[in-house]
Amino acid sequence: MSGDGVDTSKRRFLTAAATVVGGIGAVYTAVPFLASWMPSERAKAAGAPVEADISKLETGQMIRVQWRGKPVWVLKRSKEMMEALPTLNPRLRDPESLEPQQPEYAQNELRSIKPEILVAVGICTHLGCSPSFVPEAAPQPYDPEWKGGFFCPCHGSRFDLAGRVFQGVPAPLNLEVPPHKYISNTLILVGDDTGAA
Amino acid sequence: MGMLVNLRDWIDARFPMTKMWDEHLAKYYAPKNFNFWYFFGSLALMVLVIQIISGIFLTMNYKPDATQAFASVEYIMRDVDWGWLIRYIHSTGASAFFIVVYLHMFRGLLYGSYRGPRELIWLFGMMIFLALMAEAFFGYLLPWGQMSYWGAQVIISLFGAIPVIGDDLSLWIRGDYVISDVTLNRFFALHVIAVPLVLIALVVMHILALHEVGSNNPDGVEIKKHKDENGIPLDGIPFHPYYSVKDIVGVVVFLMFFSIVIFFVPEGGGYFLEKPNFEPANPLKTPEHIAPVWYFTPYYAMLRAVTIDIGPFTAKFLGVVVMGGAVVILFFLPWLDKSPAKSIRYRGPIYKTMLTLFVIAFAVLGWLGTQAPTDTKTMMAQIGTVVYFAFFLGMPIYSRIDKTKPVPDRVTG
Repeated sequence: MSGDGVDTSKRRFLTAAATVVGGIGAVYTAVPFLASWMPSERAKAAGAPVEADISKLETGQMIRVQWRGKPVWVLKRSKEMMEALPTLNPRLRDPESLEPQQPEYAQNELRSIKPEILVAVGICTHLGCSPSFVPEAAPQPYDPEWKGGFFCPCHGSRFDLAGRVFQGVPAPLNLEVPPHKYISNTLILVGDDTGAA
Repeated sequence: MGMLVNLRDWIDARFPMTKMWDEHLAKYYAPKNFNFWYFFGSLALMVLVIQIISGIFLTMNYKPDATQAFASVEYIMRDVDWGWLIRYIHSTGASAFFIVVYLHMFRGLLYGSYRGPRELIWLFGMMIFLALMAEAFFGYLLPWGQMSYWGAQVIISLFGAIPVIGDDLSLWIRGDYVISDVTLNRFFALHVIAVPLVLIALVVMHILALHEVGSNNPDGVEIKKHKDENGIPLDGIPFHPYYSVKDIVGVVVFLMFFSIVIFFVPEGGGYFLEKPNFEPANPLKTPEHIAPVWYFTPYYAMLRAVTIDIGPFTAKFLGVVVMGGAVVILFFLPWLDKSPAKSIRYRGPIYKTMLTLFVIAFAVLGWLGTQAPTDTKTMMAQIGTVVYFAFFLGMPIYSRIDKTKPVPDRVTG
């Protein structure tokens, strides 16, 4: 009780209570604005599977299809390419594909359903650039013992021709193998594997 | 004349016009010994005005739509009368802004302008720097070229490196699973209204804080310690007309260089406008060589310099931490510096050496950030990163043991 008859403690309590209630109201009001930044219903719906026709794919050749806005690579590997892959194991971060970067049916040595056909999301697991396809087994400035693979121009991450990441590069994980299945011998459906092995 | 005086008095009775003029210009006493380095504050303010005006006119023809953005920029360049000039003013202005601001910050390092009682000026300034980086980043997506797209992809992915919430956070920023029309539209809103408002507010606070404590000077001594009988600092001169006129000289020289770039090398040799950005965004293909615009490259080089995992932390996460830390550490500068002298003029050999190494490291990192990564260059970036951080982290020690010269009582002219 102060001298002039004003109960300051009561006044302070009311001020604090009003501030807290008003503050909570402000936080709730912020929610719709923040939530409006999440993917819209339309963006969520636009994730349909896409088909990749590999009937004209030559050995050593790679095609790109777009799935959920991302590049998906479909590469037909040659025998030499596949034979070189196990020799790289000691230089890789995750040679056995233990991290869940692929569906179970692609968790094998070549990370694929059909041995020669690699299907992978062409987005570096570091910061999302799309690595360049460097198939030739020839010395490169970034690796004198290059056996062919993918090189990310952004930050120098390297992957082999099964999308497995090398050690000593910034990318932490192997490239993602998307869910996919073979509709026929020459037609792949990317983004959907229901009913597949 | 009498009518004008009456009008002034009429306004002054209703709005503090003369009072503000006096407080911030005619009776703001600045040290009399300002040198070359003191041009850059007022130049930064002018570049801000240039960017706002040119930006407003660009929005009148630009379309923030993924299917139209690239073409609308080309339309501005080719079909709008003088559109090319307005666009080049804006794109060159972005680089000019960073040149001026980096020099302005370097002035702070030279003369200890961040030291007490000017800590808040420095903090507001650092927030301006952050806002400016955000503004430049959002703006760079708008032309929807290859560099716009992949640059934004990399920077937004940086947030994905934050443990636990990272992936959701980058999804929230993009508003889609990849960078898309949604991202472009919101970046446009942030670039043209949200960040500029914040920037202007911060600039006002930066200047108000400066005018409250008074300007530092190349001797790093407080002119308010010695005042005449009217309370005016003996070593102070009114900002207007002395420094307003001096700054006009700086403005004229600056505009000469600015015009040379706009009219003769508007792309700045690929540094101000990067070549892949003349190609429309293609989500399936990253350009062969990708680098941010030059003003981000020192930090980008530090991000790439981290290639080893430590314990549970991946190199990716640590790289982001190093990059963020390189900016955040600047905020702590006022409290890291323990030297009895503020100005380089009276500091000892250790600080001078460290500052020189720091500037070299910053420049080399800036160059490395524009280059494709190789083993040698990554190692150079690692050394540069160590030097950068050593300058700050070692400061509490070396600034204390350094052999300083006696600081004079008054400015030396």
